[in-house]
Amino acid sequence: MASGAVIERGVAGGGGGVRGAGSPAVVCRAVTKSYGVGGSKVVALRGIDLEIASGELMMLVGPSGCGKTTLISVIAGILDRDGGDCSVFGVDFNTMSASARTKFRGRNIGFVFQSFNLIPSLTAAENVAVPLMILGEGRHASVRKGREMLERVGLGERTSSLPTQLSGGQQQRVAIARALVHEPRLIVCDEPTSALDHETGHIIMRLLKEVALKEDRVLVIVTHDSRIFEFADRIAKLDDGEVKSVQTPQEMGVVGEDHK
Amino acid sequence: MNFVAFRMLTGDRAKYFGIIFGITFAAMLITQQASIFVGLMTRTFGFITDTTQPDIWVMDAKVQFIDDIKPMQDTTLLRIRGVEGIQWAMPLYKGLIKARLENGTFQSCNVIGVDDATLIGGPAEMVEGSLADLRISEGVIVDEVGARSRLARRPTDEAGRPIEGAAPVPLKVGDTLELNDRRAVVVGICRVSRTFQSQPVVYTTYSRATQFAPRERKLLSFILVKAEPGQDIDQLCQRIKSETGLDALKSWDFSVRTYSYFMKYTGIPINFGISVALGFFVGTAVAGQTFYNFTLDNLRHFGALKAMGASNWMLLRMIILQALIVGVIGYGLGVGIASTFGIISRNSELAFRLLPQTLVITGCAIVIICILASLLSIIKVIRLEPAIVFKA
Repeated sequence: MASGAVIERGVAGGGGGVRGAGSPAVVCRAVTKSYGVGGSKVVALRGIDLEIASGELMMLVGPSGCGKTTLISVIAGILDRDGGDCSVFGVDFNTMSASARTKFRGRNIGFVFQSFNLIPSLTAAENVAVPLMILGEGRHASVRKGREMLERVGLGERTSSLPTQLSGGQQQRVAIARALVHEPRLIVCDEPTSALDHETGHIIMRLLKEVALKEDRVLVIVTHDSRIFEFADRIAKLDDGEVKSVQTPQEMGVVGEDHK
Repeated sequence: MNFVAFRMLTGDRAKYFGIIFGITFAAMLITQQASIFVGLMTRTFGFITDTTQPDIWVMDAKVQFIDDIKPMQDTTLLRIRGVEGIQWAMPLYKGLIKARLENGTFQSCNVIGVDDATLIGGPAEMVEGSLADLRISEGVIVDEVGARSRLARRPTDEAGRPIEGAAPVPLKVGDTLELNDRRAVVVGICRVSRTFQSQPVVYTTYSRATQFAPRERKLLSFILVKAEPGQDIDQLCQRIKSETGLDALKSWDFSVRTYSYFMKYTGIPINFGISVALGFFVGTAVAGQTFYNFTLDNLRHFGALKAMGASNWMLLRMIILQALIVGVIGYGLGVGIASTFGIISRNSELAFRLLPQTLVITGCAIVIICILASLLSIIKVIRLEPAIVFKA
């Protein structure tokens, strides 16, 4: 399998035995990024090499300040890198105009945020419909699709609820539905379970794997939460702006309830 | 995304109403103060516009405004009538004469003396009686506001003492009053524009007015002139000026001269200008600050929208729509409140005249307020890095 070869050829520690891995969807080579200038300059990424294949759930883990969020921002095209190469589905954001990059994000990337970022004055279905409305779809059609998506994540009964009327787990389900409604190829999740209890976190992760993960889709999850490592296909450990290792959960010795 | 913008705006009720309040306040204050200013300025030349028959007002060359009377000799009338192109020329007396009321107090009245024969220069609208009744001996016509307020009789008890708290009795047809120690009988009530100083207006014939007036060698205030049909009014004015050395102005030009005098030599425009500016700046400050706070509160959401593919132009349109919504509502409410104020105060002493131009000016001011209020928000959102959404 050529794509598997790419993965197994690996970078930064390889990480063999990738389950369901397809062709490389995200390729980062020697990516660097720093903030500030002069004496206040902080290097966030020091030459990141990483490949993520289609159909793969990759987790980025590491201590605070290790560069996880910076890396996910670069991969999602919402932050410019300073050096190196980074392509998503063969597209290099640095070669695109700002408007083309925005359009690409709108069509191809779904976001799940740590604090959900649901608009409080919109109902659950309307929140889910937002990415479709951004793409220019009509309100009624978008909200209808939003309702359908909410049913898929098990919130068919709460489509008219406002975010404040939902629990944390339900709000994250709405956020997941929002990230999926426009059928993106890359889904980036920032600490999707950090605001949830253990059980709800597991439910959310199972949902993500069941509903979000497809052969032609990539999931990149930034997390501190070791309790959800078991859901990853591979886990990239970052420290001080570098990828220290890329391993499967089994290689890391993580065996969760779902894998027993 | 218009829908999302609208729901984001109305979702935070406190800020939504706060922004609308700021704009409403500005629109109301600007409209109200500007209308009072226009009303007040209109009063300065109300008598000229009320006197519709003449084409030209002839006066002493040094007259600066309608109440700046520089009397002419009566023979001047004959000189004017001799100018070619004039259909008719009529005398007009205008002066302040003290009226003695029944309780012994005095009230200055704006006495207008119109031509005895034709009654040209008389009030255009009669409420009671007719203009022809001025031919009745000692007859005067009083304006209804003056009759109801300053010339109204104070009720007295049998001993002739004023009754405390009793409503004044309006002057009516048949009542008498004293003008400069001469008896005058009210023969009619008319409706005229309020005067700038709010004195009652008393119409009578020219000859009777000159009897009421203190003795002076010259008593002719103005000469009202009608041009012959087909005459060029501007040329006729020039001819009158060159042949008599007097000033001759078309009615509108005299109105302009009058209000220009008030604009230039009184503090009225500055005072009202300050009020209008205050409304503008307070409205901008309140609406701007609240709108900016609203944007700051929603910055994460704007960032999320940006990350999800919303372009700067899309977010800009959302903010503009939000500003437009609060602007239209605030403008409507503000103008509505000011208009209601005008309707309520219609029969009071307050000068209030709401012109379409005032609505346009207020609208422009509100547009500027909305632009200024949303500008900071727009800059903030345009510069916003979508990566903010990944910061906890």
